[in-house]
Amino acid sequence: MSLSDVSFNPFDHSLLVAGAQFTMVFGVIALVVGLTLLKKWGWLWREWLTTLDPKRIGVMYIVVAAIMMLRGLGDAAMMRAQQALSAGGSTGFLDSDHFQQVFTAHGTIMIFFAAMGLIFGLFNLLIPLMIGARDVAFPFMNSVSFWLFAAGAVLINVALLVGGEFGATGWLAYPPLSGLEYSPGPGVDYWIWSLQVAGVGSLLSGINFLVTILKMRAPGMTLMKMPLFVWSSLGSLVLIIFAFPILTATLGMLALDRTMGMHFFTSDFGGNPMMYINLIWAWGHPEVYILILPAFGVFSEVVATFSRKRLFGYTSMVWAIGAITFLSFLVWLHHFFTMGAGANVNAFFGIMTAVIAVRTGVKVFNWLFTMYRGRIRLTTPMLWFLGFVLTFTIGGVAGVLMSVPAIDFQVHNSLFLVAHFHTMIIGGVVFGAFAGYTYWFPKFTGFKLNETLGKWAFWCWLIGFLAAFIPLYILGLMGATRRLDHYDASLGWQGLFVVAGVGLALIMAGVGFQILQLVVSWLQRGTNRDLSGDPWDGRTLEWSTSSPPPFYNFATTPQVTDRDAFWAVKESASSGSWVGKAKRETIRLPKNSPFGCIIGGLSIILGFAAIWHLWWLGALALLSIITVLTIRLSEDETEYTVPAKTVQAIETAFAQKKGQQA
Amino acid sequence: MEKTSKSQHMNLTTYVTGFLLSVMLTLAAYFTAVDGALAPRSIGIVVVGLAIAQLLVQLVFFLHLGRETKPRHQLLVFCFTLVVLAIVVYGSIWIMDNLNYNMMPHEMDEQLIEEEGIYR
Amino acid sequence: MTELAATVKTTLGFWTYLMTDVILFATLFVTYAVLHTNTFGGPGPDELFSMPFVLVETLLLLTSSFICGLAILAMQRQAKQAVLAALAVTFVLGAAFLGMELYEFNKLVDEGNSWQRSGFLSAFFTLVGTHGAHITAGLIWIGVMAAQIGRRGLTPHTSRRLVLFSLFWHFLDVVWIFIFSLVYLLGAA
Repeated sequence: MSLSDVSFNPFDHSLLVAGAQFTMVFGVIALVVGLTLLKKWGWLWREWLTTLDPKRIGVMYIVVAAIMMLRGLGDAAMMRAQQALSAGGSTGFLDSDHFQQVFTAHGTIMIFFAAMGLIFGLFNLLIPLMIGARDVAFPFMNSVSFWLFAAGAVLINVALLVGGEFGATGWLAYPPLSGLEYSPGPGVDYWIWSLQVAGVGSLLSGINFLVTILKMRAPGMTLMKMPLFVWSSLGSLVLIIFAFPILTATLGMLALDRTMGMHFFTSDFGGNPMMYINLIWAWGHPEVYILILPAFGVFSEVVATFSRKRLFGYTSMVWAIGAITFLSFLVWLHHFFTMGAGANVNAFFGIMTAVIAVRTGVKVFNWLFTMYRGRIRLTTPMLWFLGFVLTFTIGGVAGVLMSVPAIDFQVHNSLFLVAHFHTMIIGGVVFGAFAGYTYWFPKFTGFKLNETLGKWAFWCWLIGFLAAFIPLYILGLMGATRRLDHYDASLGWQGLFVVAGVGLALIMAGVGFQILQLVVSWLQRGTNRDLSGDPWDGRTLEWSTSSPPPFYNFATTPQVTDRDAFWAVKESASSGSWVGKAKRETIRLPKNSPFGCIIGGLSIILGFAAIWHLWWLGALALLSIITVLTIRLSEDETEYTVPAKTVQAIETAFAQKKGQQA
Repeated sequence: MEKTSKSQHMNLTTYVTGFLLSVMLTLAAYFTAVDGALAPRSIGIVVVGLAIAQLLVQLVFFLHLGRETKPRHQLLVFCFTLVVLAIVVYGSIWIMDNLNYNMMPHEMDEQLIEEEGIYR
Repeated sequence: MTELAATVKTTLGFWTYLMTDVILFATLFVTYAVLHTNTFGGPGPDELFSMPFVLVETLLLLTSSFICGLAILAMQRQAKQAVLAALAVTFVLGAAFLGMELYEFNKLVDEGNSWQRSGFLSAFFTLVGTHGAHITAGLIWIGVMAAQIGRRGLTPHTSRRLVLFSLFWHFLDVVWIFIFSLVYLLGAA
């Protein structure tokens, strides 16, 4: 299919696609008009699009992730509705081809853009502050990483606008189905290139934050004194660095099959489709640990703070993170036990899978032991944690069940599997992200979120989640295969699908409450201001700054003596020479740069050109990217100086605000 | 100009030694393979061995691995890379080779039973 | 942050990137390992590769890696002209290597043994071609470095970038050792 074949007439497409096109175009136009009317273009450019401040970049990641999560939830709603409505004679409202595109988009968007976006957002917001640094190791590269991520998000949405189709292959696009012969349209190409672009961004972020943690910690903060969120993130970053190149290479080979007629994964000419599955899961398994480890880190911080107690078993937690990181490279075959390997291979990977669960169990127990004899405050973040304990345990034991190859043969690719991994991702990653969102919101905005609405949101999510996925566990054990848009009425399963649909509706209500919470909290921000910078009586360094932190994070570099660095300062009753009183020095920070945003735009063009085989355009885009990078990387003066007087003024203002709150 | 932390030990001898060793290892591998005097399996072992030797030569003499000031983060990252590499490469070859396990002809049954240690 | 600390940080970052490139090449290598017997009735490595040709290529690249090392030594002596000369020689040798590789590719395609012929050839062209693409990027980098050093001289900034380039160039030679050994030598045997 070439670009000249594409129809831009919305009436030529199905109602669904036309609806999506309209929503996107309308949304973008509304944004542009709004910005013009409010005369905010300058502000947007200066404060957000060209910023190298990781706190701002973190917020942008979360905004993009939230938007993509809404789209992913929309896809989920369509699937649930389809399966609840279709039974027997009725075939629902989605034909098979569209259903397949919807579940492909749902998985791809949720994992690569919603979850990864939330994770990178948290890294940007928290890691520099928690280690007492002012910035990341490579601020410009950080900006490029974000814009590549955003470019990938744009590309995946453009699929519906130009081409009108997405891949219909599942979120991992196994060949030969994803090869040229069986998926000749541009859908799979959009999938490949949006992931390649976003993947490069992820890899660069991995390198950036690894070097930040290793080389930019405040004096006195040895590795064993770092907050556990930083340790968990370190594990995740190691996984990103070593796993993402596998994805880049594998997607690259699939792209070569599709564009240059190569035969890596074709079913003839000496290709081997099973090699794709092997490689994609060698990446794919570390990927899911990339997602969950930071969530574990969030819980470590939340549980310690809201139990008013230091975390139980710090050393064993660190060892658990290390073990999980290492072991996650040794289990990937459990995603394809049924692909034909012999007993020895299956047994090895099955045992490794069971072993890795033990390390996670250790962490859960440590959190519970932290709570024991603590002075617990059941705030919203703690509720998210408790919801996690319930759901993640259910999903976890389902996983251990499936680690036995013989059992996996029965439930592979059934709804039991689908329920398992959603439990892990929603119960683990999403609940963790929500706990983190609520916990750190006041730090980065200066006002607290409404607690009541937060609790309503939590209960809707928890009950909705259980209602949506417990039926799927049952259906899976009864033999329901995944990814089907229609199940025979004689099976008597429709009732369970309806329950699942109701569950999703509850989840959407939960999302509604979260949006409402944001709006209401913003409107009420006068009353729930955080003036002290430390609304929860926190333990780690970020709570020592104002809310929001000054753009330079710390006026004076902290001198760390203990774990829970800030708690140690508060306990010792000395306000610490680095909090409040030291002589102010000038600070050097990176200047803004438009090149990150520009590279993002050029990447969209590059991806688009690759998809539609517009080689001249692609070459031009690539050349432009190289030129822009060369210009930027040849610049010697990329920083500016903040005068000591400015720093003094900001710190004095903060001290006054703190005095007010006290 | 302030010296970089790795530059204290670089000198001409290092580079020339590394270069000459590499050339020798290259030629040794080349003539082993091209000559054909050894059995193919032995050629394989020798060539791979020489490649690894040259890797170490270049790591030490050209890339100055191990000469960092502490903490030796580059060395750490390198070791991790080797571990992951070993797992992914060996694991993939093991898995891919094994995927036809259940489709082997019946004539191979006796051999497999013996290899796997399956007792009747 | 002191100049030294900045250099250590940047070097670690670039080194980590090189490690990700190792994993990328490893993925291509292991794919080659799995597919190298899938010739689909076509010619295999023993019929397609010219050994003397490859030996010359290998020695060219190895020599250019050595000359690059000499450039770094010259940089330490603050000998700007020697640095530029060494970079020029590195470039010429690298370009010669690339030229020979393109010649080999062209010959294979002309004979009908392009990457579309079989899984084996797809894997071969991609593995060796990716290495060649990295070499091309390196050659462009030499051009940029030469221009910068020519105009600005050997400042802390340009010196740091030169060291990073040398890491890149040495790394590419290391990867080639394995392509030479595992693809060409073992293929011929």
